[in-house]
Amino acid sequence: MRLQAAGVKLGYGDRLIVDGLDLGVETGTVTTIIGPNGCGKSTLLRALGRLLKPRGGEVLLDGKRIDKIPTREVAKVLGMLPQAPTAPEGLTVADLVARGRHPHQTWYRQWSSDDEGAVAAALDMTGLSDLAERPLDELSGGQRQRAWISMALAQGTDLLLLDEPTTFLDLAHQVEVLELVRHLHQEGGRTVVMVLHDLNLAARYADRLVAMRGGKVIASGTPHEVLTEDLLREVFELDAKVIADPVAGTPLVVPIGPLTARP
Amino acid sequence: MSAATVAPRLHGIRQRRLTVLSALLGALAVAVVLSVTIGSKSVPLADAWHALTSPTGTENDIVIRSLRVPRTVLGVLSGVALGVAGALMQGHTRNPLADPGLLGVTQGAAFAMVSSIILLGVDSLLAYIWFGLAGALVASVAVFALGMVGGRGGPTPVTLALAGTAVSALLAALTSAVVLLDEQAMDVFRFWQAGSISGRSADVVWQVLPFILVGLVLAMINAPGLNALSLGEDVARGLGQNIPMTRTVGVAAVTLLSGAAVAACGSLAFVGLIVPHLVRPLSGTDHRWLLPYSGLVGAALLLFADVIGRVVAPPGELEVGVVLALIGAPFFVALVRRRKPVRL
Repeated sequence: MRLQAAGVKLGYGDRLIVDGLDLGVETGTVTTIIGPNGCGKSTLLRALGRLLKPRGGEVLLDGKRIDKIPTREVAKVLGMLPQAPTAPEGLTVADLVARGRHPHQTWYRQWSSDDEGAVAAALDMTGLSDLAERPLDELSGGQRQRAWISMALAQGTDLLLLDEPTTFLDLAHQVEVLELVRHLHQEGGRTVVMVLHDLNLAARYADRLVAMRGGKVIASGTPHEVLTEDLLREVFELDAKVIADPVAGTPLVVPIGPLTARP
Repeated sequence: MSAATVAPRLHGIRQRRLTVLSALLGALAVAVVLSVTIGSKSVPLADAWHALTSPTGTENDIVIRSLRVPRTVLGVLSGVALGVAGALMQGHTRNPLADPGLLGVTQGAAFAMVSSIILLGVDSLLAYIWFGLAGALVASVAVFALGMVGGRGGPTPVTLALAGTAVSALLAALTSAVVLLDEQAMDVFRFWQAGSISGRSADVVWQVLPFILVGLVLAMINAPGLNALSLGEDVARGLGQNIPMTRTVGVAAVTLLSGAAVAACGSLAFVGLIVPHLVRPLSGTDHRWLLPYSGLVGAALLLFADVIGRVVAPPGELEVGVVLALIGAPFFVALVRRRKPVRL
């Protein structure tokens, strides 16, 4: 286990959102964190990616406290894509992806053939080679998200944290992005942790699900183990049927209605 | 397209950027030649060359060596400094309307200069400039410190802008109060405020040169970090960038560059604001190219404006700051109207 959280307490300002949470990310898997709005899943991901310093407990990367490792060294093994990142207008795909090489560059050595190779490979893997010179703002939402993921790939890390990589995308583009994530995992053996809202897509594309509520992990395991009708009631206060996805065989959530009628 | 064919294409982008760089150097060279030869007394190119390489004390030699060359060199230095400072400032604040004055350097320099005149009786240009420089540095450190109090873990663009506006307003009010008390201070202030590179000796150039050189080095060190920051603070931190350090280096560079330029030449407001907008279509958003391009274009723009100021109102001259404002304001309005201001 290369990345784990041990008894972490997380919060912003006076508000404590996660109070003593343990989570180990199994190496070589796609782990997806699910849970209702405000359950602390993005907060947890930010802490795993050392964007948020825990108030208590610790996040360990390769057995060492992540906040004790120089941030640039962390950036060489762990890539992090926040929710809905924004780029300056006119930034081209190639330029964006090239910025993923940042942790490998020093101010006196800005560009090497390693960098060039990594950028070309990342563009190729995300199918963006032909769009390399296009400005990001001219792309479709799905292409844009692929470009951001391509940047994270150029960073050349085995660990990838993606915070809601499918936000604001229509269903076809969501599937496009998640197929890419699966491809990265299967071809490159990367370990991916992501936060997703869509339970059915989470079930289809994750090896492991972590269900959170109120800053706590309620269940974790394979999609079949986690996505049960009981869990949906407990975590999402949702009355639902869980059937087998006719395409992939993974659990498919069919909502009936909220447990308690909300005004 | 495969990975193998993308690499040469990326290479081509770099080649194009180098070509633009040489074109801008060429434009600056033209501006320098014009600035050395054109003025109330026009000097033929051959005479100018003579003055630079083997002076024999002719009238043209004296004009060139004691007036035109210091003026041109100061124009180049200030233009480079203001162009780079403007690009840095817009990059750090992600605000296309930010200019170096946002850190309070202009008002800081003005206040220190007029105070030195009435409180200490200072009366030479060289001495004013030292005070102006000190005032610019102190004001921007104050702004930075205030901005730090507001933001968590280092100043943010918003807290910097708020602190800069407050400090500038206070200093501007104090400056007005001081110049109303003292006629000599009023005179110095009026000329300084218009913005000019004429009448400065070579000493002034040597005086500001070290500050500008250090500022330029810091700016170039800052460029990769600024590239990361332009993707947002979270992405930048994910890429291993130390954000408080990046901001501090950036603010130090802006302070040194614009402080030195403003102290020596007065407020040349438009250079830092306009130049990055002129340059972005050529450089793209990569600060490693945007900053040097901005420096070159800033210098060329300042010199062209200065040359125009020398010839439009004979036998007198129009201050370069006035020319810049006259060209700059309509130009900027057109820029904003034609394309919406670029999101940074």
